[in-house]
Amino acid sequence: MSTDLALESPDAIGEINKYNFRTESTAVFKARKGIDSDIVRQISEMKNEPAWMLDFRLKSLDIFNSKPMPNWGGDIGVNFQDIYYYLKPTNQQGRTWDDVPQEIKDTFDKLGIPEAERKFLSGVKAQFESEVVYGSLKEDLAKQGVIFSDTDTAVREYPDLVREYFGKIIPPTDNKFAALNSAVWSGGSFIYVPKGVKIEFPLQAYFRINAENMGQFERTLIIVDEGASVHYVEGCTAPMYSSESLHSAVVEIICKRGSRCRYTTIQNWANNIYNLVTKRAMAYGDATMEWVDGNLGSKLTMKYPAVYMMEPGARGEILSIAFSSKGQHQDAGAKLVHCAPHTTGQIISKSISKNGGRSSYRGLVRVEKGAKHSKCNVVCDALILDPQSRSDTYPYIEILEQDVSVGHEASVSRIGEEQLFYLMSRGMNEAEASTMIVNGFIEPLVKELPMEYAVEMNRLIQLQMEGSVG
Amino acid sequence: MTHVLKIENLHVSVDGKPILRGVNLEMKHGETHALMGPNGSGKSTLGLVIAGHPGYEVTEGSITLDGVNLLEMEADGRARAGIFMAFQRPVSVPGVKMADFLRHATTNVRRPDRKEGEELIPMREFRTELRSKMEQLKMDPEFARRYVNEGFSGGEMKRAEILQLAMLQPKFAILDETDSGLDADAVRLASASIAEIGREKMGLLIITHHDKLLEHNPPQYTHVMLGGRIVETGGAELARELYSGGYERIRNTYPDAEAANQQMLSEEAAEVATA
Repeated sequence: MSTDLALESPDAIGEINKYNFRTESTAVFKARKGIDSDIVRQISEMKNEPAWMLDFRLKSLDIFNSKPMPNWGGDIGVNFQDIYYYLKPTNQQGRTWDDVPQEIKDTFDKLGIPEAERKFLSGVKAQFESEVVYGSLKEDLAKQGVIFSDTDTAVREYPDLVREYFGKIIPPTDNKFAALNSAVWSGGSFIYVPKGVKIEFPLQAYFRINAENMGQFERTLIIVDEGASVHYVEGCTAPMYSSESLHSAVVEIICKRGSRCRYTTIQNWANNIYNLVTKRAMAYGDATMEWVDGNLGSKLTMKYPAVYMMEPGARGEILSIAFSSKGQHQDAGAKLVHCAPHTTGQIISKSISKNGGRSSYRGLVRVEKGAKHSKCNVVCDALILDPQSRSDTYPYIEILEQDVSVGHEASVSRIGEEQLFYLMSRGMNEAEASTMIVNGFIEPLVKELPMEYAVEMNRLIQLQMEGSVG
Repeated sequence: MTHVLKIENLHVSVDGKPILRGVNLEMKHGETHALMGPNGSGKSTLGLVIAGHPGYEVTEGSITLDGVNLLEMEADGRARAGIFMAFQRPVSVPGVKMADFLRHATTNVRRPDRKEGEELIPMREFRTELRSKMEQLKMDPEFARRYVNEGFSGGEMKRAEILQLAMLQPKFAILDETDSGLDADAVRLASASIAEIGREKMGLLIITHHDKLLEHNPPQYTHVMLGGRIVETGGAELARELYSGGYERIRNTYPDAEAANQQMLSEEAAEVATA
């Protein structure tokens, strides 16, 4: 944590409500519950999509129906026929802030979006339910040829670019939830950064799930052309509902030669959400892909951002933090696949479990035949705050080449009595001392975040920690 | 009113084994007391018990600050009441910057009624004060950005503890071998700093084996511990006798305490062997 960020004293109740408020939904179109080819056709029609996308959706639906549920990770108690797959909140996508309906504006106000934008954002794509309703992109970015839109718009306006890459990094056959997303996807961000263009500030999007039983299936595609660089930041706070909800996103990233991409996510889902996300990047020669992934809340999260290093000099770095509390299971981790010689990978995973929460690290390091002189290092640290909580590590290491260097370190610790005593002997009460220790534990992630996210992360941790002791 | 820290007939056990066996000690604000004694006599334990370490069980006796029972408070309450201990080997707290740690600590100690989440001392005010204290202690400003005790050398750890003493300005401070593990120059600097910060401004209980710290901070009282008790109390001359002549006379004069001390040392050795 950092006092540079000097948090105002948060009113605990107000803070919690802030993330649990619910706006009356005035959706103009809402598909019926359940999934079948009629629903998929309806979604495609509503979006006015080209035939190839409808075709892609229908094939994906068949794959979804034929795939078994994963038999590992956590218990996925989702009834697919009891979920709404599409909901469009307004007729038109807002272009300026004035065009955005007041009710939706209120929602963003509560999330601090306009203020955040004034201060930090240059380009915002905020997703309210299934459609992007508000977005802005700085003119100079557009002049440089950068495309930053919702994916629906990109399908209509940049069909060739989208079609070349869409579903190529994560095909619908990859897993059941990738197939589901491919069939019913809606929203998400599309980013194209042309050759040599380096975007100096983070591009940000805010995602929310609003309608009860509303699945959210956003689809993000990022193409970073040769020598270009971008940092994309996505944060989530979902309101609480009594019945269960599903979030299943697909994020595909292509880092061409010499490019650099960082994708930062902070997700704080309500406790009843299944968060089953497939994220994968391909990094070509001398390109660097970094995933920074923070997971709080949800009932079950299964998420393993991956980097496939396709050509020599590619680098993949994954920094993952999971915080699980009562009734929550975070099955999070990372995948690094070395497909070419002289590639370098790093995974740093940190998990915190409290109040009976369960955090698992599940990670794969695979070095393909011929990927000589590859290096990979994995560090997993788990912090367990009480005896009811649980932490597991499932490292999978597959090395098909001799001349490589792969390291793996794992540690599990409990908040030490000596650390608590030390901080308490300096006047901090037990809860404050525990929070400080936890914030210190995740500092390696927080210091990588843009400032406003670092503030939010520290605040979320503080909320998670409240009442955890004594 | 002069603040008074009073320890009466203090008995302390760990896992049912007695470590302190009836300690009596009274200190007034502004006084300097030296606490000496051979290894295993209970000096550090006494400090930790005053500070409120949860690993010790007080079986008898009392510790009061201005008549208020400290034993009913946890460590944080005692710190807010004005107790400070500079630890011999403080633990590291990875990821927590010295400046953040100190800002929380300073705020809590200065505003004893502060609840978690309430405002901290304003950043500007805090930074100015921290910077001037660090200058006074000849510390590199970069130090404030390092993680608490993480990768600190022995000397850095001790200086970090002295910096905390300077910021927190307690009523009573226990310094547990704040001079050990330092080279001659560092001992001189630490001793002079403590004299500047603490002497006559707080009650100091200095646990030491060496003479340097006491040269800069001449004690009004010297207490000698053996076998979990204070067996003898004198002035500065007693400290001088002990660091030039050792503990032979004390051991011979108090054979019962010496036997208890030997027993505690052997139990400790047995524990280390089985651990």
